[in-house]
Amino acid sequence: MATLHISIVTAERSLLEDDVDMVIAPGSEGELGILPMHAPLLTMVSPGEIRLKKGTGESSFAVTGGFLEVRDNKVTILADAAERADEIDVARAEAAIKQAQEAIKAAPAAKELEEATKSLQRAALRLKIARKKRGTGVPGQ
Amino acid sequence: MPSVRDIRRRIKSVQNTAKITKAMEMIAASKMRRAQQRTLASRPYATKMREVLSHLAGQASEGDETHPLLQRRDVKNILLVHITPDRGLTGGLNGNLNRRAAQHILEEKRAITVITVGKKGRDFMIRHGQKVKAVFTDMTDKASISNILPITKIIVDDYASGAVDRVDVVYADFLSTMVQKPTVRQLLPIVPDAESMEGEGATADKSAIKKHTVDYIYEPSRPALLNDLLPRYIDMQVYQALLEAIASEQSARMVAMRNATENAIEMIGGLTLELNKARQSSITNELLDIVGGVAALEG
Repeated sequence: MATLHISIVTAERSLLEDDVDMVIAPGSEGELGILPMHAPLLTMVSPGEIRLKKGTGESSFAVTGGFLEVRDNKVTILADAAERADEIDVARAEAAIKQAQEAIKAAPAAKELEEATKSLQRAALRLKIARKKRGTGVPGQ
Repeated sequence: MPSVRDIRRRIKSVQNTAKITKAMEMIAASKMRRAQQRTLASRPYATKMREVLSHLAGQASEGDETHPLLQRRDVKNILLVHITPDRGLTGGLNGNLNRRAAQHILEEKRAITVITVGKKGRDFMIRHGQKVKAVFTDMTDKASISNILPITKIIVDDYASGAVDRVDVVYADFLSTMVQKPTVRQLLPIVPDAESMEGEGATADKSAIKKHTVDYIYEPSRPALLNDLLPRYIDMQVYQALLEAIASEQSARMVAMRNATENAIEMIGGLTLELNKARQSSITNELLDIVGGVAALEG
């Protein structure tokens, strides 16, 4: 069976190059699953979780947004920021949540409030993905 | 023959020079490591983004609702972004960059406006009476996306308003510590990758563009996606060019300074030999004087 070649790159580094069976990503219009032989697609990526299925294994990544391209069985994710689930520092994410919550309380202007809300969402997302990963004990890569 | 004292003084002075160039080499080496790392790390992102965009670009000429940044017009005015170091002592790098830009300007018969990033390019363009639209300096030590936004704003505004019909970037492509290649890349309009590199422009024909074109499904919609993607693409390409330029500058400087240090050490070797000879001959002369004097007394 054909496989999908996935690459996840961020501005800071190339995070992953691999061949997988299925990619599940949070598209701007909702979560979408991509199987081999998918039609060419270009979509924005919302903050969320990217899951990769390979055989019986599954690995997961946190992504804060970006773009996703599918073409010729190649999936390219241009992420604003992305992290492998087991790389997420739970303690740091928790600290970031606290910090963001305080920032929201203290936020003097709409702009700061928006910033803080965004960073709260990011931190909460990372925490959720990290927890989920550990809780279920799904074999990763 | 120069006196022993003169030679000693020269050795001292060359030694001091060697010390300075050695220090500069070490500074450049540490900056180089960081710059190279950053350049190589962000390269995949920039490359992938260019790939995606070049697939989109083929459709642009046919599209009806095309984004202003995807429009292709007859090229009358060109904007040239000239990225150079702020400082010299980079061996042949600055000269090569300026020569490449000059060659590009001379080859182009159309009107060219220049944006310079870096003092060396600025001085060069002003000296040769080019139309300089904007000048950016001291970008090298604080290269970040937010710092290049003013540059990309000018690029995007000028292109969208129709003031310029093509935007080219000249920068030093970082190939390795020893090799940096002055490169001209077409930034706008966006063309398939092979075509944007210098020299290959003539060979890329219509069929190549056609092949690159892919009928995408767009989510949420093509305009929304392009609105988000295109400005970010420009930012990223200029940012990457700047990173490449910084890595090139530091590499070139390190190599130049290493050569200078080696030359100085070689020179010290030669001068030391000369010093010993001079000392030897002065001792011989003294001996002859003494022997002569004794002989005269005895005689």
